[in-house]
Amino acid sequence: MNTFLAFVIKEFRHVLRDRRSLIVVIGMPIVMLLLYGFALSNEVKNSRIAILDTSRDDVTRTLTERLDASRYFTVVQHIDRPEEADALFRQGKVRAVVVFQPSFQQTLLHTNAASVQILADASDTNTGNTVAFYISNVVRAYQNELLDQQKLPYRINVETQMAYNPQLKSAFNFVPGVMVLILILLCSMLTAVAIVKEKEMGTMELILVSPVRPWMMIVAKALPFLVVGLLNVAVILLMAYTILGLPLRGSLFLLIAECGLFVLLALSLGLFISTRTNSQQVALFISLVGLMLPSLVFSGFMFPLENMPKPLQVVSNIVPTKYFFSILKSVMIKGLGFSYVWKETLIMATMTLVLMLLAIRSFKIRLQ
Amino acid sequence: MLRALIKKEFSQIFRNPSIIRMMLAAPIIQLIVIPLAADFEVKNINIAVLDWDHSTYSEKIVNRMGASGYFVIKEVAHSPEEAQAALDHGTVDLVVEIPARFERELVREDEAKIFLRADAVNGVKAGLAMNYSGQIISQVNQEIRQDFVQFPRFSPVPTMDISTRFWYNPDFNYRHYMAPGILALLLVMVGSMMCALNIVREREIGTMEQMNVTPVKSYQFLLAKLIPFWIIGLVSLTIGLTVCYLVFGLYPLGSYLTIYLFAMVFLIASLGIGQIVASFSENQQQATLFSFFFMMMFVLLSGLYTSIESMPDWARYLALANPVSHFVDVMRSVMLKGSNFYDLQHRFWALVGFAVLFNAIAVLNYRKRAG
Amino acid sequence: MKKIIETQGLTRTFGAFTAVDAISFDVYEGEIFGFLGANGAGKTTAMKMLSGLLAPSGGSATVVGFDVKTQSEDIKKQIGYMSQRFSLYEDLTVLENIHLFGSIYGLKKAELAQKAELLLEQLEFTDQRNTLVGDLPLGWKQKLSFSVAMLHEPRLVFLDEPTGGVDPITRRQFWEMIYAAAHKGATVFVTTHYMDEAEYCDRVSIMVDGKIAALDTPHNLKRQFNAPDMNDVFLQLAATSVARAGF
Repeated sequence: MNTFLAFVIKEFRHVLRDRRSLIVVIGMPIVMLLLYGFALSNEVKNSRIAILDTSRDDVTRTLTERLDASRYFTVVQHIDRPEEADALFRQGKVRAVVVFQPSFQQTLLHTNAASVQILADASDTNTGNTVAFYISNVVRAYQNELLDQQKLPYRINVETQMAYNPQLKSAFNFVPGVMVLILILLCSMLTAVAIVKEKEMGTMELILVSPVRPWMMIVAKALPFLVVGLLNVAVILLMAYTILGLPLRGSLFLLIAECGLFVLLALSLGLFISTRTNSQQVALFISLVGLMLPSLVFSGFMFPLENMPKPLQVVSNIVPTKYFFSILKSVMIKGLGFSYVWKETLIMATMTLVLMLLAIRSFKIRLQ
Repeated sequence: MLRALIKKEFSQIFRNPSIIRMMLAAPIIQLIVIPLAADFEVKNINIAVLDWDHSTYSEKIVNRMGASGYFVIKEVAHSPEEAQAALDHGTVDLVVEIPARFERELVREDEAKIFLRADAVNGVKAGLAMNYSGQIISQVNQEIRQDFVQFPRFSPVPTMDISTRFWYNPDFNYRHYMAPGILALLLVMVGSMMCALNIVREREIGTMEQMNVTPVKSYQFLLAKLIPFWIIGLVSLTIGLTVCYLVFGLYPLGSYLTIYLFAMVFLIASLGIGQIVASFSENQQQATLFSFFFMMMFVLLSGLYTSIESMPDWARYLALANPVSHFVDVMRSVMLKGSNFYDLQHRFWALVGFAVLFNAIAVLNYRKRAG
Repeated sequence: MKKIIETQGLTRTFGAFTAVDAISFDVYEGEIFGFLGANGAGKTTAMKMLSGLLAPSGGSATVVGFDVKTQSEDIKKQIGYMSQRFSLYEDLTVLENIHLFGSIYGLKKAELAQKAELLLEQLEFTDQRNTLVGDLPLGWKQKLSFSVAMLHEPRLVFLDEPTGGVDPITRRQFWEMIYAAAHKGATVFVTTHYMDEAEYCDRVSIMVDGKIAALDTPHNLKRQFNAPDMNDVFLQLAATSVARAGF
């Protein structure tokens, strides 16, 4: 037992002494949380638009003011000819150009139909559609105001309710994602590298020859990262709760248990990777490209899963982060119980088992 | 002397299979997977319908929603509990509840209600779902009205006829949108990560010490590291552009010359960052972590993933100071809009500035002599 | 005889720890100078200061006529260096390494090609020219490393534990190479653990706790300490180490 403890202490020392790595490992999730919490969003805000208004009457001016006042847009330029629009788009100066037909108000009053044309830059597919949509909403709202002077019969009133997140806080979506990322980073990549480094330096043989059993060494190597990982998760949750206003519904116990399971899964992954290579460089490379990227892309964190083409959705089924991410959302944000997440939990547990068995087998073979 | 150093770098690089693999595989994998995966458009919103009324009008609304292309009727619920469960499980994103006697109330009392409940964990999606539903319901509302009220030929109410024309990617091809950004990401990886790792590896092995004791000057050493990776970066870019064309049918609307010109300068800036990272890293693990960290930050703040305009002021300034955001914009503009050098020249000078700054810092930071 | 290394109170501290404590000594041109000491006594630190890899915290030193603090780059043109960690490029071939370091030290193509051939012959490496250095056995790597350090015929060459882990025959061959270099007029500054190698040097200095505890020819030292061999001299001095007292 003493040898084991000594080993654990040595490994903790290693990890704690590498201050620069620690800074990144602790700092990165914090910075990401801050960025996601305060800077990044998929919303359309402050989009720059230009107006082509040869009519310049009350109606067009009001509409222009409305658009400018809306938090979605800023009117940055007025142009006089349609040709100017192309240059504006190419120089990236505006996202959309709103074109009022000539003699707008007059036409509106006399024929009751005047045209507003929205030219939208669709090269930004993320927002092109939404920008056009919001512009037309503003126009429509104004039109409804004009309409409202006469109360219409047969009105359907829509009552809306936003479930789980009434204030539409975006923190809800990404905090689980950041947690997943940092746990994978720590418990898979760094653990794998730590073990492989031992192999590279040749000290692995020393260990195999000493009274320290192989499993002791592996557990000792994983332990510091596990601790740092869980600490990190605690910091993230605390930050999310205090700074970002993320409520923690659902059973804390279940949350911790699921986190624990995922950590084990990540560690098994790391272990598995470490048995596959003897070079730090390759271990880093596999972890980054083979682990991190799919974890980010296929978990549903960065990109919505339901929009992906079918083959990619199939691929996402073998990526463990997908399940953990969904469990986190269900438990943390929707406040649901185990009955809702038992399927994903089972899948994660199976993956962990399989990986561990594979890794142990690989390890034993090498010992021969 | 410089030539000998560069020759050495190339020999080493080509003898290392993992680098070659990365050079070839990375552009291909990233370019194929990410644009396919990255689709933020809100479509295929799953809804559950809880229709207590089963009237002509309620069914009209439901059918119209299903036919709109925005929504998919995933479930027809028979009780509130079923609907809630669907929402909880994530099977649906929106519940549409039409109360009993909906039609009767609408006709007899001029007013009726519909209840919408959205899964707002993804706030943007929920908002748009509400918006789309609102629009559809309002359209049906208007049609219902017309059943009862005769509207004259010229509508008594002023209507603004809104039409939209989409320029430069009218099919809303997300792949076309993401691909230029991914190409930019590629160059960042080659520059920051690969170069940084290479330099740190020499430090770890000890060959850097041997270099430090020779007359080789700092800038010569760094230059010899920069040039091969610069070339690798341009090769990766070329492979990337080829993949874009073969797989997505995407080719630049603007000129290749502009792309390469900007890429060359951007690579130099990116490599400068890599060299700075290397000077702060004691070992390969740190170098990887640092580069990964910087890459993440740069990418998140670059407009590749979310738009810069929707950021608060302080974040927008950060994005301005981020060379990646400039380059991503250049790539998109040239490839999708056909922008030329003149259109983007202010970005060019910004990139030049970054290139000079980062490399200067790297050279000044590189000490052949410790202490 | 001309002095090729002169130091006065050369000091290096790392925080509160003094690795090299105000050493003053000279090395004459053409001699084989052994720089001995226990691990942690300060040998490698001192050598790094003299070769321009580490800046001194105090004192002064002149190497091949240049000041170590202000002219370290000039020093580097005139010296050769072979580090403890063996720093040729393992993923380059023998010939590629020779060419690389040759051009770094300014040898012209024709001259370099000639010297390369000569070197390969001397080391009996002619059919190994295209072998990756990493695939060579340790002893061969050491010999190659030394030859590469001498390629540009430096006036002074620093060797940091050059024969570590190498069999006795290869060690002997190595020292023959050192003798040959010294014979041609080069000064060899070598650190080593092997006390029998100390006997091969013209003069030897022994560092203890960052200071120079003894400096003389092996012959004189043995007489001074009444020791049968350098090993014994070393043990007597090492016993006086304060740093070791705690062990």
